[in-house]
Amino acid sequence: MSRLSIQLPGLDLKNPIMPASGCFGFGKEFSNLYDLSKLGAIMIKATTVETRLGNPTPRVAETAAGMLNAIGLQNPGLEMVMKNELPYLERFDVPIIANVAGTTTEDYVEVAEKISEAPNVKALELNISCPNVKHGGITFGTDAVVAKELVEAVKKVSKVPVYVKLSPNVTDIVGIAKAVEAGGADGITMINTLVGMRLDERTGKPVIANGTGGLSGPAVKPVAIRMVYEVYKNVNIPIIGMGGVTNAQDVIDFMSAGASAVAVGTANFVDPFVCPNIIEALPARLEELGVQRIKEIIGRSHL
Amino acid sequence: MIQQERMIVVRQSEIAQHIFELTLQGQIVQDMNPGQFVHIRVSDSFEPLLRRPISISNIDKETGEATVIYRAEGRGTQILSQKQVGDEVDVLGPLGNGFPVEATPEGGTALLVGGGIGVPPLYELSQQLNARGIRTIHVFGFSTKDVCFYDDQFSTLGDTHYVTVDGTKGTKGFVTDLLEELKPEFDVFYACGPLPMLRALENFYPDKTGFLSFEERMGCGIGACFACICKTTDQTDKDYVKVCSDGPVFPKGVVEL
Repeated sequence: MSRLSIQLPGLDLKNPIMPASGCFGFGKEFSNLYDLSKLGAIMIKATTVETRLGNPTPRVAETAAGMLNAIGLQNPGLEMVMKNELPYLERFDVPIIANVAGTTTEDYVEVAEKISEAPNVKALELNISCPNVKHGGITFGTDAVVAKELVEAVKKVSKVPVYVKLSPNVTDIVGIAKAVEAGGADGITMINTLVGMRLDERTGKPVIANGTGGLSGPAVKPVAIRMVYEVYKNVNIPIIGMGGVTNAQDVIDFMSAGASAVAVGTANFVDPFVCPNIIEALPARLEELGVQRIKEIIGRSHL
Repeated sequence: MIQQERMIVVRQSEIAQHIFELTLQGQIVQDMNPGQFVHIRVSDSFEPLLRRPISISNIDKETGEATVIYRAEGRGTQILSQKQVGDEVDVLGPLGNGFPVEATPEGGTALLVGGGIGVPPLYELSQQLNARGIRTIHVFGFSTKDVCFYDDQFSTLGDTHYVTVDGTKGTKGFVTDLLEELKPEFDVFYACGPLPMLRALENFYPDKTGFLSFEERMGCGIGACFACICKTTDQTDKDYVKVCSDGPVFPKGVVEL
Protein backbone atom coordinates (compact mmCIF):
# COMPACT_ATOMS: atom_id res chain seq x y z
CA MET A 1 0.00 0.00 0.00
CA SER A 2 1.53 3.23 -1.08
CA ARG A 3 1.28 6.42 0.83
CA LEU A 4 -1.10 7.98 -1.69
CA SER A 5 -3.34 5.01 -2.55
CA ILE A 6 -7.09 5.22 -2.03
CA GLN A 7 -9.75 2.55 -2.42
CA LEU A 8 -13.23 3.58 -3.53
CA PRO A 9 -16.17 1.64 -4.98
CA GLY A 10 -14.90 0.22 -8.28
CA LEU A 11 -11.74 2.30 -8.10
CA ASP A 12 -8.33 1.18 -6.97
CA LEU A 13 -6.50 4.51 -7.07
CA LYS A 14 -2.70 4.67 -6.85
CA ASN A 15 -3.18 8.28 -5.86
CA PRO A 16 -6.25 10.46 -5.30
CA ILE A 17 -5.65 12.74 -8.31
CA MET A 18 -7.70 12.63 -11.50
CA PRO A 19 -8.47 15.10 -14.28
CA ALA A 20 -12.09 16.26 -14.16
CA SER A 21 -14.53 15.54 -16.96
CA GLY A 22 -14.54 18.10 -19.74
CA CYS A 23 -11.06 19.34 -18.89
CA PHE A 24 -9.09 16.47 -20.37
CA GLY A 25 -10.94 15.47 -23.55
CA PHE A 26 -10.54 11.71 -23.92
CA GLY A 27 -6.92 11.90 -22.79
CA LYS A 28 -5.23 11.73 -26.18
CA GLU A 29 -3.85 15.28 -26.17
CA PHE A 30 -2.34 14.83 -22.72
CA SER A 31 -0.88 11.41 -23.56
CA ASN A 32 1.53 13.24 -25.87
CA LEU A 33 2.75 15.21 -22.86
CA TYR A 34 3.12 12.61 -20.07
CA ASP A 35 2.41 8.99 -19.15
CA LEU A 36 -1.28 8.82 -18.21
CA SER A 37 -0.56 5.79 -16.00
CA LYS A 38 0.72 8.29 -13.42
CA LEU A 39 -2.86 9.42 -12.77
CA GLY A 40 -5.15 8.01 -10.10
CA ALA A 41 -7.99 7.86 -12.63
CA ILE A 42 -9.31 9.75 -15.64
CA MET A 43 -12.79 11.26 -15.85
CA ILE A 44 -13.43 11.35 -19.58
CA LYS A 45 -15.48 13.98 -21.40
CA ALA A 46 -19.26 13.58 -21.15
CA THR A 47 -20.65 11.00 -23.55
CA THR A 48 -24.15 11.15 -24.99
CA VAL A 49 -26.04 8.63 -27.18
CA GLU A 50 -25.64 10.70 -30.34
CA THR A 51 -22.83 12.92 -31.62
CA ARG A 52 -23.12 16.42 -30.19
CA LEU A 53 -21.51 19.38 -31.91
CA GLY A 54 -21.93 21.69 -28.94
CA ASN A 55 -22.71 25.38 -28.70
CA PRO A 56 -21.73 28.25 -31.00
CA THR A 57 -18.50 30.17 -30.26
CA PRO A 58 -17.33 32.10 -28.28
CA ARG A 59 -17.61 29.30 -25.77
CA VAL A 60 -15.20 30.51 -23.11
CA ALA A 61 -14.59 33.79 -21.32
CA GLU A 62 -11.97 34.57 -18.74
CA THR A 63 -13.10 36.00 -15.39
CA ALA A 64 -11.35 37.01 -12.19
CA ALA A 65 -9.34 33.92 -11.11
CA GLY A 66 -11.59 31.77 -13.22
CA MET A 67 -13.32 31.18 -16.51
CA LEU A 68 -16.78 30.65 -17.90
CA ASN A 69 -17.45 27.94 -20.42
CA ALA A 70 -20.44 26.84 -22.45
CA ILE A 71 -19.06 24.07 -24.63
CA GLY A 72 -22.40 22.25 -24.69
CA LEU A 73 -21.30 18.63 -24.16
CA GLN A 74 -19.59 18.34 -27.52
CA ASN A 75 -18.63 14.68 -27.99
CA PRO A 76 -18.46 12.11 -30.79
CA GLY A 77 -21.32 10.02 -29.36
CA LEU A 78 -21.48 6.65 -27.56
CA GLU A 79 -20.54 4.47 -30.51
CA MET A 80 -17.38 6.39 -31.42
CA VAL A 81 -16.32 6.73 -27.77
CA MET A 82 -16.64 2.94 -27.39
CA LYS A 83 -14.90 2.26 -30.69
CA ASN A 84 -12.06 4.82 -30.62
CA GLU A 85 -11.59 6.71 -27.39
CA LEU A 86 -11.85 4.02 -24.71
CA PRO A 87 -9.71 1.42 -26.55
CA TYR A 88 -6.98 4.05 -26.97
CA LEU A 89 -6.87 4.54 -23.20
CA GLU A 90 -6.46 0.78 -22.57
CA ARG A 91 -2.71 1.07 -23.15
CA PHE A 92 -2.44 2.99 -19.88
CA ASP A 93 -2.66 1.48 -16.41
CA VAL A 94 -5.39 3.82 -15.22
CA PRO A 95 -9.07 3.32 -14.34
CA ILE A 96 -11.56 5.35 -16.39
CA ILE A 97 -14.59 7.07 -14.92
CA ALA A 98 -17.06 7.57 -17.77
CA ASN A 99 -19.14 10.74 -17.55
CA VAL A 100 -22.66 9.96 -18.77
CA ALA A 101 -25.00 12.67 -20.06
CA GLY A 102 -28.32 12.89 -21.84
CA THR A 103 -31.62 14.68 -22.23
CA THR A 104 -33.97 11.90 -21.10
CA THR A 105 -33.79 9.05 -18.59
CA GLU A 106 -33.67 6.64 -21.53
CA ASP A 107 -30.56 8.41 -22.87
CA TYR A 108 -28.73 8.06 -19.57
CA VAL A 109 -29.74 4.41 -19.25
CA GLU A 110 -28.60 3.58 -22.78
CA VAL A 111 -25.18 5.23 -22.40
CA ALA A 112 -24.69 3.81 -18.90
CA GLU A 113 -25.57 0.26 -19.89
CA LYS A 114 -23.21 0.15 -22.87
CA ILE A 115 -20.28 2.22 -21.64
CA SER A 116 -20.12 0.31 -18.34
CA GLU A 117 -19.23 -2.79 -20.38
CA ALA A 118 -15.95 -1.30 -21.58
CA PRO A 119 -13.09 -3.16 -19.85
CA ASN A 120 -11.31 -0.03 -18.60
CA VAL A 121 -14.43 1.81 -17.39
CA LYS A 122 -14.40 1.14 -13.65
CA ALA A 123 -17.09 3.61 -12.62
CA LEU A 124 -19.68 5.97 -14.08
CA GLU A 125 -20.18 9.61 -13.28
CA LEU A 126 -23.77 10.64 -13.92
CA ASN A 127 -23.75 14.17 -15.25
CA ILE A 128 -26.95 15.65 -13.86
CA SER A 129 -25.38 19.06 -13.51
CA CYS A 130 -24.27 20.43 -16.87
CA PRO A 131 -25.54 24.03 -16.94
CA ASN A 132 -24.91 24.52 -20.66
CA VAL A 133 -27.49 22.39 -22.43
CA LYS A 134 -31.12 23.35 -22.93
CA HIS A 135 -32.69 20.02 -22.04
CA GLY A 136 -31.71 17.37 -19.52
CA GLY A 137 -28.46 17.81 -17.64
CA ILE A 138 -29.05 20.20 -14.82
CA THR A 139 -32.82 19.67 -14.76
CA PHE A 140 -32.08 16.22 -13.32
CA GLY A 141 -29.68 17.69 -10.80
CA THR A 142 -31.83 20.36 -9.21
CA ASP A 143 -34.84 18.23 -8.23
CA ALA A 144 -34.24 15.61 -5.54
CA VAL A 145 -37.08 13.32 -6.64
CA VAL A 146 -36.06 13.33 -10.29
CA ALA A 147 -32.41 12.81 -9.39
CA LYS A 148 -33.21 9.80 -7.20
CA GLU A 149 -35.33 8.18 -9.91
CA LEU A 150 -32.58 8.64 -12.50
CA VAL A 151 -29.99 7.03 -10.24
CA GLU A 152 -32.30 4.08 -9.59
CA ALA A 153 -32.81 3.57 -13.33
CA VAL A 154 -29.10 3.74 -14.12
CA LYS A 155 -28.12 1.50 -11.19
CA LYS A 156 -30.34 -1.26 -12.64
CA VAL A 157 -28.28 -1.45 -15.84
CA SER A 158 -24.75 -0.39 -14.90
CA LYS A 159 -22.08 -3.07 -14.50
CA VAL A 160 -19.86 -0.73 -12.48
CA PRO A 161 -20.40 1.57 -9.48
CA VAL A 162 -22.27 4.80 -10.16
CA TYR A 163 -21.12 8.19 -8.92
CA VAL A 164 -23.36 11.22 -9.33
CA LYS A 165 -21.98 14.65 -10.19
CA LEU A 166 -23.81 17.31 -8.24
CA SER A 167 -24.65 20.82 -9.29
CA PRO A 168 -23.83 23.71 -6.97
CA ASN A 169 -26.71 25.67 -8.55
CA VAL A 170 -29.21 24.59 -5.90
CA THR A 171 -30.45 25.97 -2.61
CA ASP A 172 -30.01 22.71 -0.73
CA ILE A 173 -27.16 20.54 -2.01
CA VAL A 174 -27.44 18.23 1.00
CA GLY A 175 -31.01 17.37 -0.01
CA ILE A 176 -29.89 16.33 -3.49
CA ALA A 177 -26.92 14.39 -2.08
CA LYS A 178 -29.19 12.46 0.29
CA ALA A 179 -31.63 11.75 -2.54
CA VAL A 180 -28.99 10.23 -4.84
CA GLU A 181 -27.62 8.20 -1.92
CA ALA A 182 -31.13 6.88 -1.31
CA GLY A 183 -31.36 6.08 -5.02
CA GLY A 184 -28.38 3.77 -4.66
CA ALA A 185 -25.47 5.97 -5.79
CA ASP A 186 -22.09 4.50 -4.86
CA GLY A 187 -20.46 7.89 -4.56
CA ILE A 188 -20.76 11.61 -5.23
CA THR A 189 -18.58 13.87 -7.34
CA MET A 190 -18.83 17.58 -6.69
CA ILE A 191 -19.00 20.34 -7.68
CA ASN A 192 -19.89 21.04 -11.30
CA THR A 193 -19.61 24.66 -12.47
CA LEU A 194 -21.57 27.63 -11.12
CA VAL A 195 -23.80 29.37 -13.65
CA GLY A 196 -22.43 32.80 -14.45
CA MET A 197 -22.27 35.53 -17.04
CA ARG A 198 -19.73 38.06 -18.28
CA LEU A 199 -20.66 41.14 -20.26
CA ASP A 200 -18.71 42.77 -23.05
CA GLU A 201 -17.42 46.14 -21.77
CA ARG A 202 -18.40 48.02 -24.92
CA THR A 203 -21.72 46.47 -25.92
CA GLY A 204 -23.02 45.32 -22.56
CA LYS A 205 -23.99 42.02 -24.14
CA PRO A 206 -22.91 38.57 -22.86
CA VAL A 207 -19.46 37.56 -24.12
CA ILE A 208 -20.37 33.87 -24.44
CA ALA A 209 -22.64 33.02 -27.38
CA ASN A 210 -24.79 30.87 -25.11
CA GLY A 211 -25.36 33.87 -22.81
CA THR A 212 -24.55 32.06 -19.60
CA GLY A 213 -21.65 29.71 -18.89
CA GLY A 214 -20.29 27.58 -16.10
CA LEU A 215 -17.80 29.28 -13.79
CA SER A 216 -14.73 27.25 -12.82
CA GLY A 217 -11.19 27.84 -11.61
CA PRO A 218 -9.71 29.06 -8.30
CA ALA A 219 -12.61 31.51 -7.86
CA VAL A 220 -15.05 28.68 -7.05
CA LYS A 221 -12.90 26.76 -4.57
CA PRO A 222 -14.43 28.23 -1.37
CA VAL A 223 -17.93 27.32 -2.59
CA ALA A 224 -16.80 23.80 -3.44
CA ILE A 225 -15.06 23.29 -0.09
CA ARG A 226 -18.14 24.46 1.79
CA MET A 227 -20.39 22.10 -0.17
CA VAL A 228 -18.10 19.07 0.23
CA TYR A 229 -17.93 19.85 3.95
CA GLU A 230 -21.73 19.93 4.28
CA VAL A 231 -22.39 16.86 2.15
CA TYR A 232 -19.72 14.81 3.97
CA LYS A 233 -21.53 15.43 7.25
CA ASN A 234 -24.80 14.13 5.85
CA VAL A 235 -24.10 11.13 3.62
CA ASN A 236 -22.23 7.85 4.05
CA ILE A 237 -21.00 7.39 0.47
CA PRO A 238 -17.58 8.67 -0.64
CA ILE A 239 -17.07 12.05 -2.30
CA ILE A 240 -14.69 12.94 -5.11
CA GLY A 241 -14.16 16.67 -4.60
CA MET A 242 -13.33 19.30 -7.19
CA GLY A 243 -13.56 23.01 -7.86
CA GLY A 244 -10.56 25.28 -8.43
CA VAL A 245 -7.84 22.78 -7.51
CA THR A 246 -4.42 23.93 -8.72
CA ASN A 247 -1.88 22.54 -6.23
CA ALA A 248 -1.15 19.95 -3.53
CA GLN A 249 -2.53 22.15 -0.72
CA ASP A 250 -5.88 22.42 -2.52
CA VAL A 251 -6.00 18.60 -2.54
CA ILE A 252 -5.29 18.52 1.20
CA ASP A 253 -8.09 21.08 1.74
CA PHE A 254 -10.69 19.08 -0.21
CA MET A 255 -9.75 15.85 1.55
CA SER A 256 -9.84 17.56 4.94
CA ALA A 257 -13.38 18.74 4.16
CA GLY A 258 -14.38 15.17 3.40
CA ALA A 259 -13.36 14.22 -0.13
CA SER A 260 -11.78 10.79 -0.59
CA ALA A 261 -10.22 11.77 -3.91
CA VAL A 262 -9.84 15.00 -5.84
CA ALA A 263 -10.37 16.00 -9.45
CA VAL A 264 -8.45 18.75 -11.22
CA GLY A 265 -10.36 20.72 -13.84
CA THR A 266 -9.60 24.14 -15.28
CA ALA A 267 -5.97 24.01 -14.08
CA ASN A 268 -5.30 21.48 -16.88
CA PHE A 269 -5.97 24.28 -19.37
CA VAL A 270 -3.47 26.59 -17.72
CA ASP A 271 -0.78 24.01 -17.01
CA PRO A 272 -1.25 20.69 -18.84
CA PHE A 273 1.27 19.07 -16.50
CA VAL A 274 -0.62 20.09 -13.35
CA CYS A 275 -1.87 16.59 -12.42
CA PRO A 276 1.53 14.83 -12.41
CA ASN A 277 3.03 17.92 -10.72
CA ILE A 278 0.49 17.70 -7.88
CA ILE A 279 1.04 13.93 -7.52
CA GLU A 280 4.76 14.55 -7.25
CA ALA A 281 4.32 17.33 -4.69
CA LEU A 282 1.91 15.47 -2.38
CA PRO A 283 4.36 13.26 -0.40
CA ALA A 284 6.44 16.27 0.67
CA ARG A 285 3.30 18.13 1.74
CA LEU A 286 2.18 15.11 3.79
CA GLU A 287 5.63 14.98 5.37
CA GLU A 288 5.30 18.63 6.42
CA LEU A 289 1.90 17.89 7.93
CA GLY A 290 3.24 14.82 9.74
CA VAL A 291 0.76 12.56 7.95
CA GLN A 292 1.79 9.00 7.05
CA ARG A 293 -0.89 8.09 4.54
CA ILE A 294 -3.10 10.50 2.69
CA LYS A 295 -6.32 8.71 3.55
CA GLU A 296 -5.79 9.65 7.20
CA ILE A 297 -6.73 13.25 6.47
CA ILE A 298 -10.12 12.52 4.88
CA GLY A 299 -12.71 14.47 6.85
CA ARG A 300 -10.24 15.78 9.44
CA SER A 301 -12.05 19.17 9.42
CA HIS A 302 -14.91 17.47 11.23
CA LEU A 303 -12.92 15.89 14.06
CA MET B 1 7.03 18.04 -29.26
CA ILE B 2 5.01 20.31 -26.98
CA GLN B 3 6.99 21.46 -23.97
CA GLN B 4 6.55 23.87 -21.12
CA GLU B 5 9.52 26.07 -20.44
CA ARG B 6 10.43 29.21 -18.55
CA MET B 7 11.94 31.15 -21.41
CA ILE B 8 14.14 34.19 -20.87
CA VAL B 9 13.30 37.64 -22.23
CA VAL B 10 16.16 38.72 -24.52
CA ARG B 11 14.63 41.88 -25.96
CA GLN B 12 11.33 43.71 -25.88
CA SER B 13 10.31 46.95 -27.55
CA GLU B 14 7.25 48.81 -28.83
CA ILE B 15 7.64 48.83 -32.64
CA ALA B 16 4.36 50.56 -33.50
CA GLN B 17 1.43 51.98 -31.56
CA HIS B 18 0.61 49.33 -28.88
CA ILE B 19 2.49 46.74 -30.99
CA PHE B 20 5.29 44.96 -29.11
CA GLU B 21 8.13 42.80 -30.36
CA LEU B 22 9.29 40.28 -27.75
CA THR B 23 12.26 37.95 -28.19
CA LEU B 24 12.53 34.90 -25.94
CA GLN B 25 15.28 32.37 -25.54
CA GLY B 26 14.87 28.69 -24.76
CA GLN B 27 14.98 25.06 -25.88
CA ILE B 28 11.46 25.15 -27.34
CA VAL B 29 12.79 27.22 -30.24
CA GLN B 30 14.46 24.14 -31.77
CA ASP B 31 11.05 22.60 -32.57
CA MET B 32 9.35 25.69 -34.02
CA ASN B 33 7.95 26.05 -37.53
CA PRO B 34 6.46 29.08 -39.31
CA GLY B 35 2.77 29.60 -38.55
CA GLN B 36 2.88 27.84 -35.19
CA PHE B 37 2.14 29.67 -31.97
CA VAL B 38 3.20 29.75 -28.33
CA HIS B 39 0.82 29.85 -25.37
CA ILE B 40 2.13 32.33 -22.83
CA ARG B 41 1.26 32.60 -19.16
CA VAL B 42 1.84 36.26 -18.45
CA SER B 43 1.65 35.97 -14.66
CA ASP B 44 2.27 33.26 -12.08
CA SER B 45 -0.82 34.42 -10.19
CA PHE B 46 -4.46 33.56 -11.05
CA GLU B 47 -4.93 36.99 -12.56
CA PRO B 48 -5.24 36.59 -15.46
CA LEU B 49 -5.77 32.85 -15.28
CA LEU B 50 -5.49 31.61 -18.85
CA ARG B 51 -2.55 31.63 -21.24
CA ARG B 52 -2.37 33.95 -24.26
CA PRO B 53 -1.85 32.39 -27.69
CA ILE B 54 0.62 34.41 -29.79
CA SER B 55 1.98 33.51 -33.21
CA ILE B 56 5.70 33.15 -33.82
CA SER B 57 7.20 35.79 -36.14
CA ASN B 58 10.89 34.82 -36.17
CA ILE B 59 12.75 31.61 -35.37
CA ASP B 60 16.53 31.58 -34.87
CA LYS B 61 17.62 28.05 -34.02
CA GLU B 62 21.32 28.99 -33.83
CA THR B 63 20.83 31.46 -30.99
CA GLY B 64 17.82 29.60 -29.59
CA GLU B 65 15.74 32.77 -29.86
CA ALA B 66 12.20 33.23 -31.09
CA THR B 67 10.30 36.46 -31.58
CA VAL B 68 6.61 37.16 -31.17
CA ILE B 69 4.80 40.36 -32.14
CA TYR B 70 1.56 41.19 -30.35
CA ARG B 71 -0.83 44.03 -29.71
CA ALA B 72 -0.96 45.02 -26.04
CA GLU B 73 -4.66 45.67 -25.89
CA GLY B 74 -6.11 43.45 -23.18
CA ARG B 75 -5.15 42.80 -19.59
CA GLY B 76 -2.88 39.85 -20.35
CA THR B 77 -0.89 41.35 -23.18
CA GLN B 78 -0.45 44.60 -21.20
CA ILE B 79 1.19 42.61 -18.40
CA LEU B 80 3.36 40.82 -20.98
CA SER B 81 4.47 44.16 -22.41
CA GLN B 82 5.95 45.06 -18.99
CA LYS B 83 8.42 42.16 -19.02
CA GLN B 84 12.04 43.24 -18.84
CA VAL B 85 15.20 41.73 -20.29
CA GLY B 86 16.21 38.76 -18.12
CA ASP B 87 12.67 38.07 -16.85
CA GLU B 88 11.32 34.54 -17.14
CA VAL B 89 8.13 33.82 -19.06
CA ASP B 90 6.16 30.56 -18.77
CA VAL B 91 5.71 29.31 -22.34
CA LEU B 92 3.89 26.25 -23.67
CA GLY B 93 4.79 25.36 -27.21
CA PRO B 94 5.29 25.17 -30.03
CA LEU B 95 1.59 24.59 -30.68
CA GLY B 96 -0.50 23.92 -33.76
CA ASN B 97 0.32 23.19 -37.36
CA GLY B 98 2.03 25.94 -39.32
CA PHE B 99 2.29 26.99 -42.96
CA PRO B 100 3.49 24.31 -45.42
CA VAL B 101 6.46 25.97 -47.15
CA GLU B 102 6.86 22.94 -49.42
CA ALA B 103 3.45 23.61 -50.99
CA THR B 104 5.07 26.23 -53.23
CA PRO B 105 7.36 24.72 -55.90
CA GLU B 106 11.01 25.80 -55.77
CA GLY B 107 11.56 28.68 -58.12
CA GLY B 108 7.89 29.57 -57.83
CA THR B 109 6.16 32.61 -56.39
CA ALA B 110 4.14 32.87 -53.18
CA LEU B 111 1.67 35.60 -52.31
CA LEU B 112 1.59 36.46 -48.59
CA VAL B 113 -1.46 38.37 -47.43
CA GLY B 114 -1.69 39.72 -43.90
CA GLY B 115 -4.15 41.83 -41.99
CA GLY B 116 -3.12 43.81 -38.90
CA ILE B 117 -1.79 41.61 -36.11
CA GLY B 118 -2.08 38.67 -38.55
CA VAL B 119 1.05 39.90 -40.35
CA PRO B 120 3.73 38.63 -37.87
CA PRO B 121 3.72 34.87 -38.65
CA LEU B 122 4.19 35.74 -42.33
CA TYR B 123 7.67 37.10 -41.54
CA GLU B 124 9.20 33.75 -40.61
CA LEU B 125 7.25 32.16 -43.47
CA SER B 126 8.63 34.66 -45.97
CA GLN B 127 12.20 34.06 -44.78
CA GLN B 128 11.82 30.30 -45.11
CA LEU B 129 10.21 30.58 -48.56
CA ASN B 130 12.99 32.88 -49.77
CA ALA B 131 15.59 30.43 -48.39
CA ARG B 132 14.05 27.81 -50.70
CA GLY B 133 14.42 30.05 -53.72
CA ILE B 134 10.79 31.09 -53.78
CA ARG B 135 9.87 34.64 -54.70
CA THR B 136 7.50 36.30 -52.24
CA ILE B 137 5.02 39.11 -52.80
CA HIS B 138 3.66 40.73 -49.63
CA VAL B 139 0.29 42.46 -49.47
CA PHE B 140 -0.61 43.82 -46.05
CA GLY B 141 -3.64 45.63 -44.75
CA PHE B 142 -3.68 47.76 -41.61
CA SER B 143 -6.23 50.09 -40.08
CA THR B 144 -3.85 53.05 -40.08
CA LYS B 145 -0.16 54.01 -40.57
CA ASP B 146 0.63 54.14 -36.84
CA VAL B 147 0.08 50.41 -36.33
CA CYS B 148 2.17 49.26 -39.33
CA PHE B 149 5.48 47.49 -38.65
CA TYR B 150 8.33 45.55 -40.28
CA ASP B 151 8.27 47.55 -43.54
CA ASP B 152 12.07 47.26 -43.94
CA GLN B 153 12.18 43.60 -42.93
CA PHE B 154 9.59 42.54 -45.50
CA SER B 155 10.91 44.85 -48.23
CA THR B 156 14.29 43.09 -48.23
CA LEU B 157 12.52 39.77 -48.80
CA GLY B 158 10.23 40.76 -51.67
CA ASP B 159 7.83 43.31 -53.16
CA THR B 160 5.77 44.70 -50.29
CA HIS B 161 2.49 46.58 -50.75
CA TYR B 162 0.31 48.30 -48.18
CA VAL B 163 -3.30 49.20 -47.91
CA THR B 164 -4.85 51.04 -44.98
CA VAL B 165 -8.48 51.59 -44.11
CA ASP B 166 -7.90 55.34 -43.72
CA GLY B 167 -5.39 55.66 -46.58
CA THR B 168 -2.54 56.92 -44.35
CA LYS B 169 -0.11 54.33 -45.75
CA GLY B 170 -0.26 52.79 -49.23
CA THR B 171 -3.59 52.80 -50.96
CA LYS B 172 -6.91 53.26 -49.20
CA GLY B 173 -9.26 50.33 -48.72
CA PHE B 174 -8.90 46.60 -48.07
CA VAL B 175 -6.41 43.98 -49.26
CA THR B 176 -8.75 42.70 -51.97
CA ASP B 177 -8.98 46.25 -53.41
CA LEU B 178 -5.20 46.30 -53.69
CA LEU B 179 -5.04 42.79 -55.16
CA GLU B 180 -7.58 43.84 -57.78
CA GLU B 181 -5.26 46.65 -58.75
CA LEU B 182 -1.96 44.71 -58.57
CA LYS B 183 -3.16 41.48 -60.19
CA PRO B 184 -0.08 39.60 -58.91
CA GLU B 185 1.04 36.39 -60.60
CA PHE B 186 1.77 33.61 -58.09
CA ASP B 187 1.53 29.85 -57.46
CA VAL B 188 0.29 29.63 -53.88
CA PHE B 189 -1.09 32.14 -51.39
CA TYR B 190 -0.68 32.19 -47.62
CA ALA B 191 -2.82 34.43 -45.43
CA CYS B 192 -3.33 35.42 -41.82
CA GLY B 193 -5.76 38.03 -40.60
CA PRO B 194 -9.33 38.75 -39.54
CA LEU B 195 -12.15 36.49 -40.76
CA PRO B 196 -13.66 38.98 -43.24
CA MET B 197 -10.25 39.22 -44.93
CA LEU B 198 -9.86 35.44 -45.13
CA ARG B 199 -13.38 35.12 -46.51
CA ALA B 200 -12.75 37.79 -49.13
CA LEU B 201 -9.51 36.10 -50.19
CA GLU B 202 -11.11 32.71 -50.59
CA ASN B 203 -13.72 34.23 -52.86
CA PHE B 204 -11.13 36.30 -54.70
CA TYR B 205 -8.94 33.30 -55.62
CA PRO B 206 -11.37 30.40 -56.06
CA ASP B 207 -8.99 28.41 -58.27
CA LYS B 208 -5.70 28.98 -56.43
CA THR B 209 -4.04 26.82 -53.79
CA GLY B 210 -4.05 28.73 -50.54
CA PHE B 211 -3.47 28.35 -46.81
CA LEU B 212 -5.30 30.39 -44.20
CA SER B 213 -4.32 30.94 -40.58
CA PHE B 214 -7.26 31.41 -38.19
CA GLU B 215 -7.78 33.08 -34.86
CA GLU B 216 -10.35 31.97 -32.29
CA ARG B 217 -10.76 32.46 -28.55
CA MET B 218 -8.74 29.63 -26.96
CA GLY B 219 -8.63 27.88 -23.64
CA CYS B 220 -6.00 25.17 -23.39
CA GLY B 221 -4.27 25.54 -26.78
CA ILE B 222 -3.69 21.79 -27.08
CA GLY B 223 -7.08 20.52 -28.29
CA ALA B 224 -8.60 19.43 -24.99
CA CYS B 225 -11.13 22.10 -24.05
CA PHE B 226 -13.17 22.43 -27.28
CA ALA B 227 -13.33 26.22 -27.03
CA CYS B 228 -11.89 27.08 -30.45
CA ILE B 229 -14.10 24.96 -32.67
CA CYS B 230 -14.78 25.95 -36.30
CA LYS B 231 -17.38 24.40 -38.58
CA THR B 232 -16.03 22.72 -41.69
CA THR B 233 -17.26 22.71 -45.29
CA ASP B 234 -18.42 19.64 -47.22
CA GLN B 235 -14.86 19.30 -48.54
CA THR B 236 -13.76 17.38 -45.44
CA ASP B 237 -15.16 14.34 -43.64
CA LYS B 238 -14.89 16.09 -40.28
CA ASP B 239 -17.83 17.94 -38.71
CA TYR B 240 -15.54 20.47 -37.06
CA VAL B 241 -11.90 21.37 -36.53
CA LYS B 242 -10.07 22.82 -33.55
CA VAL B 243 -8.13 25.96 -34.44
CA CYS B 244 -5.45 25.27 -31.80
CA SER B 245 -4.47 21.69 -32.57
CA ASP B 246 -5.86 20.98 -36.08
CA GLY B 247 -4.85 24.49 -37.22
CA PRO B 248 -4.29 27.36 -36.86
CA VAL B 249 -3.37 26.98 -40.55
CA PHE B 250 -5.85 25.18 -42.78
CA PRO B 251 -5.87 24.66 -46.53
CA LYS B 252 -8.35 26.97 -48.25
CA GLY B 253 -11.86 25.54 -48.28
CA VAL B 254 -11.68 23.46 -45.09
CA VAL B 255 -13.23 25.93 -42.64
CA GLU B 256 -16.71 27.29 -43.26
CA LEU B 257 -16.32 31.05 -43.60
